[in-house]
Amino acid sequence: MRRSMLFLPGNNPNMLINGNCLGADAVIFDLEDAVAPDQKDAARILVRNTMRYMDFRGCEIIVRINSIDTPYWKADVDEILPYTPGLILLPKTSCAADVLEADAYITEVEEKLGLAQNTVGLMPLIETAMGVENAFAIASATKRVQALFLGAEDLTADLQCKRTKEGREIEYARTRLVVAARAAGVAVYDTPFTDVNDDEGIVTDAALAKALGFTGKASISPRHVEVINSVFSPTQKDVDYAYEVMDAIALAKKQGKGAISLHGKMIDAPIVTRAQQTIAMAEALGMERGM
Amino acid sequence: MSKLVNSIREAIQLSGLKDGMTVSFHHHLRNGDFVLNMVMEQVAAMGIKDINVNASSLFDTHLPLQEHIENGVVTGIAADYISAPLGKLISRGILEKPVQFRTHGGRPSDICLGRTPIDVAFIAAPTADPMGNCSGKYGKSACGSLGYAYADAMHARKVVVITDNLVPYPLMDFSISEDFVDYVVTVDAIGNPKGIVSGTTQITRDPVGLVMAQHAAKVIQNSGLLKDGFSFQTGAGGASLAAAKFLKDIMLKEGIQGSFGLGGITGYMVDMLQAGCFKSLMDVQCFDLKAVESLRTNPNHQEISAMQYASPSSRSAVVDSLDVVILGATEIDTDFNVNVHTDSNGYIMGGSGGHSDTAAGAKLSMIIAPMFRARLPIVTDRVNCISTPGKDIDVLVTQGGIAVNPKNQELTQRLKDAGLPIIDIHELKEKTERITGKPKAIAKGDRVVADVISRDGDLLDQIYNVK
Amino acid sequence: MEIKKLASAGTMESSDAYVEIEPAQGVCVTLESVVGQQFGEAITAVVKEVLQDLGVENAKVRVVDRGALECVIRARVETAVVRGKGE
Repeated sequence: MRRSMLFLPGNNPNMLINGNCLGADAVIFDLEDAVAPDQKDAARILVRNTMRYMDFRGCEIIVRINSIDTPYWKADVDEILPYTPGLILLPKTSCAADVLEADAYITEVEEKLGLAQNTVGLMPLIETAMGVENAFAIASATKRVQALFLGAEDLTADLQCKRTKEGREIEYARTRLVVAARAAGVAVYDTPFTDVNDDEGIVTDAALAKALGFTGKASISPRHVEVINSVFSPTQKDVDYAYEVMDAIALAKKQGKGAISLHGKMIDAPIVTRAQQTIAMAEALGMERGM
Repeated sequence: MSKLVNSIREAIQLSGLKDGMTVSFHHHLRNGDFVLNMVMEQVAAMGIKDINVNASSLFDTHLPLQEHIENGVVTGIAADYISAPLGKLISRGILEKPVQFRTHGGRPSDICLGRTPIDVAFIAAPTADPMGNCSGKYGKSACGSLGYAYADAMHARKVVVITDNLVPYPLMDFSISEDFVDYVVTVDAIGNPKGIVSGTTQITRDPVGLVMAQHAAKVIQNSGLLKDGFSFQTGAGGASLAAAKFLKDIMLKEGIQGSFGLGGITGYMVDMLQAGCFKSLMDVQCFDLKAVESLRTNPNHQEISAMQYASPSSRSAVVDSLDVVILGATEIDTDFNVNVHTDSNGYIMGGSGGHSDTAAGAKLSMIIAPMFRARLPIVTDRVNCISTPGKDIDVLVTQGGIAVNPKNQELTQRLKDAGLPIIDIHELKEKTERITGKPKAIAKGDRVVADVISRDGDLLDQIYNVK
Repeated sequence: MEIKKLASAGTMESSDAYVEIEPAQGVCVTLESVVGQQFGEAITAVVKEVLQDLGVENAKVRVVDRGALECVIRARVETAVVRGKGE
């Protein structure tokens, strides 16, 4: 379950060591933008040690490595792969070839370490106009890709437009990414809301992402984590409905009926899939059936 | 008659201050205070020795006391709080007689009961008239409330008001009235406004502080106490302020109107008053300009004396009507005893202030503290100094879980039902030590440098020297 | 592994450690720590352990610890070593 993902700067011990207490389902240890070029080595070792020595049970670790056009990214992979991050976030992914290049090297390191192939998933960070246009090809480039991630700050720079709180400028990218990811059968995560002091703005922005079909949303402040978690959690009504769907199916099976309806609406395969997902999430969150 | 005298020196002479006597000061000017140093410099210059200084608190700015101690001018100190620089010297044994630590409620209680007689009280007054009516609300050195000065004014043998804003008689809206005042002195400045009150404080951006604050707000929300008529006090620390902010959001969302906010008042509490979270503020001390402004202009923002705030021997004190208080700790042990007097190496760097008083009075006393600071676990087997006894503490909120005092089973159940991360305090200690490692105990000296006196006047603990 | 030049890693921020390493005969570790009383011996031991694991037999190491966890101290020492071998 990844409703919320919290970015933490990779060379800041105080942030890293408390990462698992900040309420996020996942933390993103950032070796890229949050780390100065002359501290890449230090951050890499610090992040690796945090993964090695700290107990992060209940909080997934994702690592944003440096992009494949830098001299750093292979060393990043070398250091962190032995401690199997939940995902690797690959910045500036613009085409399927980028994914294939990263995938090939990760596979090589996995082999060296004796890890099964695709042990560590990849999450391409889409933050260029080219990346948006190639989103489906990226999402379906290899089996290693488990999700797409929208990065609006760099994207709006590339689009030569201003990043706003309302986010009209990224509407197309958002919907395009959701469609591409869903078509490829992978998850999709929304860009952070960057005004850490705007408590209302984050609610609107997270609700919009949820409504568009995103699986979850990243954040740069722990202040936003709780809102994101709540927006991306099923409501009691969702959970109860999901159980009703499953009950109706069980009943129809028993009665040997083909077509199933609930409250006068036909229940088809997508509704069932969604009901199953909702129940799985409810169980993970300790939510029970109400009524 | 005129009470106006020409200088502090003249006031001291007229007051009859002699070797072995006790002088007193309030700390409303906090780290911007000039008055204590000005007075003690004159006392020293006049050759007076063996003086006992009873101050409600001592800050970094009062470090010149070191010289007076070394020269035998000052031989005794009583205070509710002593900040690190002077605290460190005391811990190294600069004073022969142990410092007497009291609480903000215990100090006025002992003064009123005659247990700690004051010979001359020197009252820094941001505004005063020639007869001694004085106020903290007005003037260039405005500090707001003068709550801690009342007991001194009412019970000292002689009372000297020192001001840098003398106004014609009679000053209206005074805090301390002329009938208690013997002499009035004007000086160029009683303090540095920058050190007296801070500007607006931002709520913390520290992720751990924010998470603790969110937990704290939820504990209050689910405590059963958050309903119409709710009352609340919180400190000025980053996480405490953030907790107040989150609490405000909850109160507004749920339409809860509290009755009063208490304490040391910050701009955040003023925001809550203005937003309708409380009907009133009860203010013994202002922490920032917004609080001073509010006290001056809003009739629902009431100045109170330290006796009314917290004295255990008052007929009643506001702390006795308090629902929830949020407090800090440098250490807390598995019996919930809290240390706010000494740092991790045993040096004095604080004091109870209103900690024990509010903890004793409030229905829910909550400590907010990170699991560890600079690798040192917050939870220990036994605190190095008991500032507030564990029986008065209900809950400890950390980023790694919420520990409830086992005496409060009902609260434990409520918080569990609300899905909050409840953890046994022993488990929390172990969990923390798995991250930090187990610290070696610090070496304790063999000489008592301070007595910690409980709000009721009993000896609660003793602080030893650091070698 | 040979330390060839003066190198440093880490910061003086709270929860971090600043480590300086330079060429020397034998291993010499000096420590200045805000938690020296409680963790001084443990920190010195872990610094030596990291040096040994990395095969550093000759180095003078100065650690200024601001309350860093052990995994952070290990990281900063290792970074200093990597930088000091000067590739």
